Amino acid sequence: MPADGYLERLKRDGRIVVVGASLAGLRAAETLRTEGFAGTLTMVGDEPYEPYDRPPLSKGVLLGRTTPDHTALPRRTALEADWRLGTAATGLDMAAKRVRLADGEEVEYDRLLITTGVRARPWPHEGEAGLDGVFVLRTRDDATALHKRLVDGPRRVLVIGAGFTGSEIASACRERDIPVTVAERGAAPLVGALGGVVGAVAAELQREHGVDLRTGVMVTGLEGDSAGRVRAAHLSDGSSVEPDIVVVALGATRNTEWLAGSGLGAGPRGIACDAGCRAFDIRGIVTDDIFVAGDVARSPHPLFGYQFLSLEHWGNAVSQAETAAHNMLCASVDRRPHMWVPAFWSSQFGVNIKSVGVPSMGTELLISQGSLAERRFVGVYGYQDRVIGAVTFDQARWLPFYEHLIETTAPFPPSFPTVDRRPEGARSVPAEFPDPSVPTHGPTVTLSGYSPADRRMTFTPGRH
Amino acid sequence: MRVVVDLNRCQGYAQCAFLAPDVFEMHGEEALLYKPRPDEAFREEVARAVAACPVQAILVDRLDEAVTAGEASDAR
Ligand SMILES: Cc1cc2nc3c(=O)[nH]c(=O)nc-3n(C[C@H](O)[C@H](O)[C@H](O)COP(=O)(O)OP(=O)(O)OC[C@H]3O[C@@H](n4cnc5c(N)ncnc54)[C@H](O)[C@@H]3O)c2cc1C
Ligand code: SF4
Repeated sequence: MPADGYLERLKRDGRIVVVGASLAGLRAAETLRTEGFAGTLTMVGDEPYEPYDRPPLSKGVLLGRTTPDHTALPRRTALEADWRLGTAATGLDMAAKRVRLADGEEVEYDRLLITTGVRARPWPHEGEAGLDGVFVLRTRDDATALHKRLVDGPRRVLVIGAGFTGSEIASACRERDIPVTVAERGAAPLVGALGGVVGAVAAELQREHGVDLRTGVMVTGLEGDSAGRVRAAHLSDGSSVEPDIVVVALGATRNTEWLAGSGLGAGPRGIACDAGCRAFDIRGIVTDDIFVAGDVARSPHPLFGYQFLSLEHWGNAVSQAETAAHNMLCASVDRRPHMWVPAFWSSQFGVNIKSVGVPSMGTELLISQGSLAERRFVGVYGYQDRVIGAVTFDQARWLPFYEHLIETTAPFPPSFPTVDRRPEGARSVPAEFPDPSVPTHGPTVTLSGYSPADRRMTFTPGRH
Repeated sequence: MRVVVDLNRCQGYAQCAFLAPDVFEMHGEEALLYKPRPDEAFREEVARAVAACPVQAILVDRLDEAVTAGEASDAR
């Protein structure tokens, strides 16, 4: 059977199933249609909503600038898909090429794309997690519930975990003039993603905006009143806080449980795939009909020593989804590798924070433009004498330049003069990343070694 | 109508906030906040912002096709 004949038929009347109907799933589906896929397209999503955008949930939504039900993503093309929303996929039969759904139905595929993303890691003590007033923030429903309570004017909000999401939530609370305590077990906010030097700037920002920031502490327990409403949180330093809202922002867990026993290389670290987005099975053999994209994927990256990278980044979901969709319809010679340079943004306390590359791989940091004290700077991260990442605080326009340095594995420290170089930019300093084997608050980039199989790893969830 | 901005691309030059102030606003010096579901009445304004954005970061749904009702529970 000539391969091109098969692809032709696949495009004309094949069956493609996408499991996970969010950003990556939608962008992949659009690409499938624009690249000529005319067959049956099934979109399976366990949330009852059509694909929506998550970044506004911790920003514009909490600030009241928009509402959670107004975040549906624009469509670039008509999909003419069979939508199975509000229905989870519960199993995969790789041999029969079938996806099992929660309602008992089974959907057959010629090509499968898995974009099931991640979910918020809940508070580890179930009883405490169930107290009224304890929230996580990942979905539209989470945002609706949290926003409603913020509008009611809480006495105090406690945010557990000062990663990007936790920090953005704290920022929104302060902008609404709500008293907020942030408890972080690392030395500073954002340390996992940006290191201690930049984290210290984030800490100053928080304190200046009136956040009661407690670092180097863990929340040891939450306490409810007789009506089951949260009323106190106890910290490892012996102190306690009396919030009426607690937001647990301890990072994310990959949605791979539904693949248990399927034979696919899926586990707590995600689903391993090759640079062309094809999933590995548990034997480490690449499949040719199952593809992966977005937050749930871990894929090898040539710029970072071919280590598997998991990226919880909006831009990665878009780019990987488009590559996966393209490759699903192609013969091997026409496939493209997913070589996106990681990039991320966050806005908090009035500052626009952006990064490219993988700062958390960096051992050294050089402030190449501006100054930490002014909260307006470019920081370049170095690893083994090359530029591996960069971060900007209110200096976004310089970022493409640094992205180019990362792409071309330029030497670190950069040898050229830069605009607005200050005395502090004369030499590099240690970037001060915490020990990566101790997860703090769910870093948004995870390096996960060279093995496509996930069997040997032991997972230590971010206990608080 | 629906709008999404690729904030990795956006460089905060604020052309959009100038041309469609009902939809886009600067939040601090260079962070952009926008309404992802502005009223249909702003379509022209938004189209001007899309055209003016120097890095083509703004994506809007196509005018001629509303999402078909029944396709999804939120399709209003
Ligand atoms: C509050 C918040 C703020 C963020 N801010 C930023 C930001 O500022 N910048 C940035 O770069 N990124 C940000 N992100 C990250 C960004 O939103 C994600 O990278 C992106 O959503 C990933 O898309 P995805 O489609 O891969 O996964 P997801 O969006 O996680 O979607 C996966 C979908 O699959 C569904 N699903 C899971 N299991 C099943 C199953 N068995 N069957 C059917 N469906 C299933 C899930 O319910 C979900 O709808 C933010 C995320 C959050 C939550
Ligand atoms: S015009 Fe484009 S680059 Fe400028 S702020 Fe708006 S979206 Fe960003």
